[in-house]
Amino acid sequence: MTFLQARGVVRAYGHTPALRGVTLDVSEGEIVAVTGPSGCGKSTLLHCLAGILRPDAGQVTWRGERIDTWSEAARSRLRRTEFGVLLQFGQLVAELTAAENVALPLLLAGTGRRAARTAALAWLDRLGVADVADARPGEMSGGQQQRCALSRALVTEPRVIFADEPTGALDTLAGEQVLTQLVRLAREQNTTVVLVTHEPRIAAYADREVSLRDGMIDHTGLGLDPALPGGSR
Amino acid sequence: MSTSHVLLGLLAAGPRHGYELKRAHDERLPCARPLAFGQVYATLARLCRDGLVATAGQTREGGPDRTSYALTDDGRATLDHWLGTVEPPMPYVASTLFAKVAVALLVADVNQARAYLIAQRRAHTQRLRELTALKTAPAARIDEVVAADFAIAHLDADLRWLHTTLDRVTDWHREVRS
Ligand SMILES: Nc1ncnc2c1ncn2[C@@H]1O[C@H](COP(=O)(O)OP(=O)(O)O)[C@@H](O)[C@H]1O
Ligand SMILES: [Mg+2]
Repeated sequence: MTFLQARGVVRAYGHTPALRGVTLDVSEGEIVAVTGPSGCGKSTLLHCLAGILRPDAGQVTWRGERIDTWSEAARSRLRRTEFGVLLQFGQLVAELTAAENVALPLLLAGTGRRAARTAALAWLDRLGVADVADARPGEMSGGQQQRCALSRALVTEPRVIFADEPTGALDTLAGEQVLTQLVRLAREQNTTVVLVTHEPRIAAYADREVSLRDGMIDHTGLGLDPALPGGSR
Repeated sequence: MSTSHVLLGLLAAGPRHGYELKRAHDERLPCARPLAFGQVYATLARLCRDGLVATAGQTREGGPDRTSYALTDDGRATLDHWLGTVEPPMPYVASTLFAKVAVALLVADVNQARAYLIAQRRAHTQRLRELTALKTAPAARIDEVVAADFAIAHLDADLRWLHTTLDRVTDWHREVRS
């Protein structure tokens, strides 16, 4: 049984095609980078795989079950338990402290307050940001915010982390720290990671790279002009 | 790379013999090409001749006699001068990658130049992944991370160049052949 799979996924925004039939298999414990130039459909693919967006055609399966046909409520439950999402700008809740932000997914899943806070503090500590546990996002650096967001994505111990340009807003060193922690924790816990990036240096953190171009998988992996010899079409 | 200056630096903390110098070199400069013993002794001989290093007695620890070497005042001055001098930032574009594409356009067609660029890009990407795995390993030491960072930054720059050159190679070829 495949772990996570997109099969022939098509998705458009109005008349703008974003994905034009993408098939991708992700194995358990694998770290896959999805790369390609801006606008090629990387974020749309990640959102379809994570059950945030529904494809117009094609299928998304998770442990052999089609999830693209699930109700919004069922997909949202999946995202709270089995999936974790990390976006470019952490998207922490501005009114809550770091610890409250990290505890949030657990509270939503029904964990008690005290246990949720304990778990949140443990993750903040693991990611080296325990010192800002009681600070609000506005009082933290970009790197600290992103490590909080990573803690929040990890606190439910998801089986898959979806990361969309997770270091795009950080300076090089802060970005590296976030990626190194993400990769180490994923390997330690056999967590699968789908990492969207347009930078080769970031894609190198993955085990495997999948290139997209104009909403399709570029099987040459080289972003070749298809009109030239060796091109993909 | 200036092996003699590195050896002078490794002697700054006190006298050492050749074997210790080799070990210290390989440890302080991880991922560098390991120094051959022959190269250590040849370099030490040259530094002695130039008065930058002097022999400082023999030690024997169970094994054979070993000659220790020490930094002289002249050696220290040479080392300080080297450390205080800014390296000229890429005064020439000396890259085999660049030369190879330029020559390919002279002797072969544009497709061969493209094929080379693509194969090189694949090899660079693979090496980038290896070095990234090395530095993210839980047991990675900071000097290994710093060494890997150096190589990663250069490979990344090469990759950007390979990318733009792939887009330019057709125009470049046209001009070379016109
Ligand atoms: N919300 C949206 N509304 C309209 N068009 C969109 C929207 N999101 C993305 N697109 C378009 O879909 C295509 C793919 O976008 P996206 O998946 O964001 O690419 P990437 O993440 O690779 O930059 C682009 O042409 C983009 O302009
Ligand atoms: Mg995007």
